[in-house]
Amino acid sequence: MSRYLGLAAILVLALIAPFFVYSVTLMTILVFVIFASSFNLLLGYAGLLSFGQAMFFGTAAYITGHILKTTGVTLEIALLGGMLVGAVMGFLVGLVAVRRSGIQFAMITFAIAQFVYFLLLQSEFTGGEDGMQRIPRTEIFGLIDLSDNFSFYYFVLAVTVLAVAFFYRVVHSPFGEVLKAIRDNEPRVESLGFKPDRYKLVAMTLSAGMAGLAGGLKATVFQFATLTDVSWHVSGEVIFMTLLGGLGTLTGPMVGAGIVIGLNDHLAQFGEWALISQGVILLAVILFFRRGVVGELGALVRRYKAGGRK
Amino acid sequence: MFDGISIQLLMGQLLIGLINGSFYAMLSMGLAIIFGLMHVVNFAHGAQYMLGAFIAWLLLNTLGINYWGALFIAPVVVAAFGIVMERLVLKPIHHLDHLYGLLATYAVTLIIEGLIRQQYGSSGLPYSSPIPGGVNLGFMFLPWYRLWVVLFSFAMCLGTWYLIEHTRLGSYLRAANENPEIVESFGINVPRMITLTYAFGVGLAGLSGVLAAPIYQVSPSMGSSLMIVIFAVVVIGGMGSIMGAILTGYLLGVVEGLTKVFYPEAANLVIFVIMILALILRPQGLFSKKEGA
Repeated sequence: MSRYLGLAAILVLALIAPFFVYSVTLMTILVFVIFASSFNLLLGYAGLLSFGQAMFFGTAAYITGHILKTTGVTLEIALLGGMLVGAVMGFLVGLVAVRRSGIQFAMITFAIAQFVYFLLLQSEFTGGEDGMQRIPRTEIFGLIDLSDNFSFYYFVLAVTVLAVAFFYRVVHSPFGEVLKAIRDNEPRVESLGFKPDRYKLVAMTLSAGMAGLAGGLKATVFQFATLTDVSWHVSGEVIFMTLLGGLGTLTGPMVGAGIVIGLNDHLAQFGEWALISQGVILLAVILFFRRGVVGELGALVRRYKAGGRK
Repeated sequence: MFDGISIQLLMGQLLIGLINGSFYAMLSMGLAIIFGLMHVVNFAHGAQYMLGAFIAWLLLNTLGINYWGALFIAPVVVAAFGIVMERLVLKPIHHLDHLYGLLATYAVTLIIEGLIRQQYGSSGLPYSSPIPGGVNLGFMFLPWYRLWVVLFSFAMCLGTWYLIEHTRLGSYLRAANENPEIVESFGINVPRMITLTYAFGVGLAGLSGVLAAPIYQVSPSMGSSLMIVIFAVVVIGGMGSIMGAILTGYLLGVVEGLTKVFYPEAANLVIFVIMILALILRPQGLFSKKEGA
């Protein structure tokens, strides 16, 4: 019950937030909520550490931007386009990467992401080092004008709510249960007649599609796409968010995205200290608080309840 | 020989490939040694390599200690840093999923790179060659220093391989990799061996950094950009094998150099293409004795 209360509280906060906080900052958080959740689906539920999640995010940003710049389609079609390309990429990368188990999956996704980075750097349509500028924000369904950031925020919020509902469905479906079982004991799942690689491949495709959706949204929020979106720093940042918020929890990536974007905003003026503090916090999380903010809070609440019952 | 491709260009790129390959080989060998015993993918390997180069630069510019001094001092300093890091960061999480080892060393990388960049900026610092000049081979000019790097790193690779595969010390290492409990019961201090192995691997990275300083510019990001290639090399060669890491490192350096001659557009893609092909055609790794991880 308390979980639904928590979600409701987050939703109410999200609805009134743009009256108090700059809406572009808020939209950045929402974009990274979806992106971090996509990473969490792989590591938190399937035990797959994707160290190249930015390749889906960044490529979809370029694809969505390219569709909007070169065709007259409405916004939602362009977003779907980015999502689809992300999902197809995820499937292809998955075909190669699930062939090696455990830690090598991380190294392979890391290397393939760099391959994608170089491909996009050399591609004509991405604008190379300059990036893709002036991406138009067309009307959604051809009806609703979203050119100002305040109203666009509510669109991004709606998409984020749908995305989170999707992650909830996946994680709590029979498919999600098999994923968790693979994470905990792969040989056992295999002995029961399941094919773990197929499940991992589907998880990879779903996760990459959602990362693609996040990338497409990012391109429409900022109206530009750059190579930074594909870089390993972004792949690392999304790992940081998820671990900080709480791995394998639905709300963890949300909390993590909020904290990290907020932190980046405040530390931006201190140059390198933003990255250094990320490293220090990540190290502290790994060494001392592996359950992340949400997990540690949950454990505190449970301990309190258990104490009360005595 | 080939139309429009001069022998000078070909030999020049072959040499560059051999130099790059030497670094790929040394670094992936260190990564393989650390992984073999600890099952940690040492993401900080690139940062430790960069530290080696920076220490060499600092020794020269603050204490006036030249390259040959740095070649001894810098690896020792970096290895000492490795000992501290193993004790404080890796040992406490040794019992957890090995993913945490990768993530923790990634966090350390962010800290090291950030601090160096904060202190010295992100542009490259020059380090002049300790052996200037070279020899004209008729078809190309071979700088002495590059010859030294190729020979020295080759000797380091062979020496390390021999140490681990053919000495008593190495057999302890390999045994501890297979079954730490039994090795422990023979009275060997396995935790200390793990610490020293990590220090050795990290020291190798520092040594490579000193070797690299006069060739590439000394910059905070010199390690992380190399790290991506090293990961691909290790994936291609197979995680467990030291000789596999060495051979794949040299091979890919040369292939990369040749690609620069024949198809320059693909030069920074070729290693990754080979990795993907290798994963499809030989999923267990080119030189792997057993399935890693």
